[in-house]
Amino acid sequence: MIDARDLTKRYGATLAVDRLSFSVRPGAVTGFLGPNGSGKSTTMRMIMGLDAPDGGQARIGGRPYQQARWPLREAGALLEARAFHPGRTGRGHLRALAAANAVPGSRVEEVLGMVGLESAADRRAGTYSLGMAQRLGIAAALIGDPGVLLFDEPVNGLDPEGVRWIRQLMRRLAAEGRTVFMSSHLISEMAQTADRLIVIGAGHLLADTTVAELSARAGGNLEDAFFALTADSAQYRAATAEGGF
Amino acid sequence: MTATTLQQTRAAERPGYRLRHAARMEWIKLRSLRSTTWILAAGVVVTIALGTVAGLNTSDPKSDVTSNVLSGVIFGQLLLGVLGVLVMSSEYSSGTIRATLAAIPRRPLVLTGKAVVFGTVALVAGEVATFGSFLAGTAALRSSVPRPSLSDPAVLRAVVMAGAYLALIALIGLGIGAIVRHSAPAVTTLVGGLFVLPLVIGAGSRTAGQFMPELIVGNSLAAVQPVEGFGLSPWLELGIVALYAVVLLGVGRALLVRRDA
Repeated sequence: MIDARDLTKRYGATLAVDRLSFSVRPGAVTGFLGPNGSGKSTTMRMIMGLDAPDGGQARIGGRPYQQARWPLREAGALLEARAFHPGRTGRGHLRALAAANAVPGSRVEEVLGMVGLESAADRRAGTYSLGMAQRLGIAAALIGDPGVLLFDEPVNGLDPEGVRWIRQLMRRLAAEGRTVFMSSHLISEMAQTADRLIVIGAGHLLADTTVAELSARAGGNLEDAFFALTADSAQYRAATAEGGF
Repeated sequence: MTATTLQQTRAAERPGYRLRHAARMEWIKLRSLRSTTWILAAGVVVTIALGTVAGLNTSDPKSDVTSNVLSGVIFGQLLLGVLGVLVMSSEYSSGTIRATLAAIPRRPLVLTGKAVVFGTVALVAGEVATFGSFLAGTAALRSSVPRPSLSDPAVLRAVVMAGAYLALIALIGLGIGAIVRHSAPAVTTLVGGLFVLPLVIGAGSRTAGQFMPELIVGNSLAAVQPVEGFGLSPWLELGIVALYAVVLLGVGRALLVRRDA
């Protein structure tokens, strides 16, 4: 369970996230949808305690992530494609994370198997393709067998096989009763993967609903519904850009 | 609320991970990078090699032979200091810091773990470098120059302190890495502070020289014979270098807590 209450983040004069409140429930894939620059990544970093909010609070399982007893067993996150040292092996990266939260070494082998990286585990991660890097990031997120998972643009740059693999993994993790929160700007991907949707624009909450309900607003077309919803925030951004940024 | 439930609530809020978990993570990280081993080995080899050359070139029998054969530390400190910077700055350049802080969200523990593990490794490497320099450098002396022994007064102290100095410079590098975060400007800051500042300030004032790490090691820590202008005891001088490390790590820790990762 993820709870965001009045989450606010300011960068200089720009309000990146503006009093954003929502809940992400377990047992479903919840899509996090919004135009580029709408504050999705910032929100995810605040949930994981990496960026400090200027207002409001995010909680995972009822408390801020920083207060978790064994953080990696509470939540795992894939926030960027390459969050590991290029000179370290995939296995070395995972072993270091496991040691930090007293996760047994056998779990490292388990997650390597889950993401299909066994044969590349002893290669330096800098030699990984984007798809392999993404798999290592997912293995790192799963290392503590957490109940809450965050994925920021997990299918970006992947080939169709990789996209399909991610989609099936998300569905399976949710079916196991986990909270799966996944951002993407690919609306068609969301339509296939997510059960619920949280849509934001310019840091504001625009919709907190199901995929079916949002599609129904535009006669069954999720893409049309999305553009209708975000039209205002997109126009706002275009206007400020013209204003000389 | 009864005393028992209050205790249970507190137990639930206390993090399960401790310094030993953070330290184990850092130990695995350090060992799993080939560059760490290479830079450490280069630091030790360069220090010993230059100490040996200094031994070969020592002709004045009255000179401070111990200090001469330990002079490779001046270059060895550069490699250990840069490694210290990289231990922190490479976390940022690679993005590993996000994974590290997700595992250990209590950020001071991350830096303490790094300081304990990397500081210990650097101390071992530093002592290997200075004892190796002393053994190789004195073995290379010509017969006209009296060979100092580790049992002579102040010689063992000089060798041990020069090794400890290398570990402190490594920690100073770690502190600068935590403050500056980007490798290139952090290394520039380190080199400026170690080598350029003494040239600018140390040359103008002998008193100020007693507070410059690079001059401290050559004229006090590694010296057996007293050097003019360095009246403070070697222990106090070592304390000054240690203070720099503590202050820089303290500032780095405060910034690590305050800044977004």
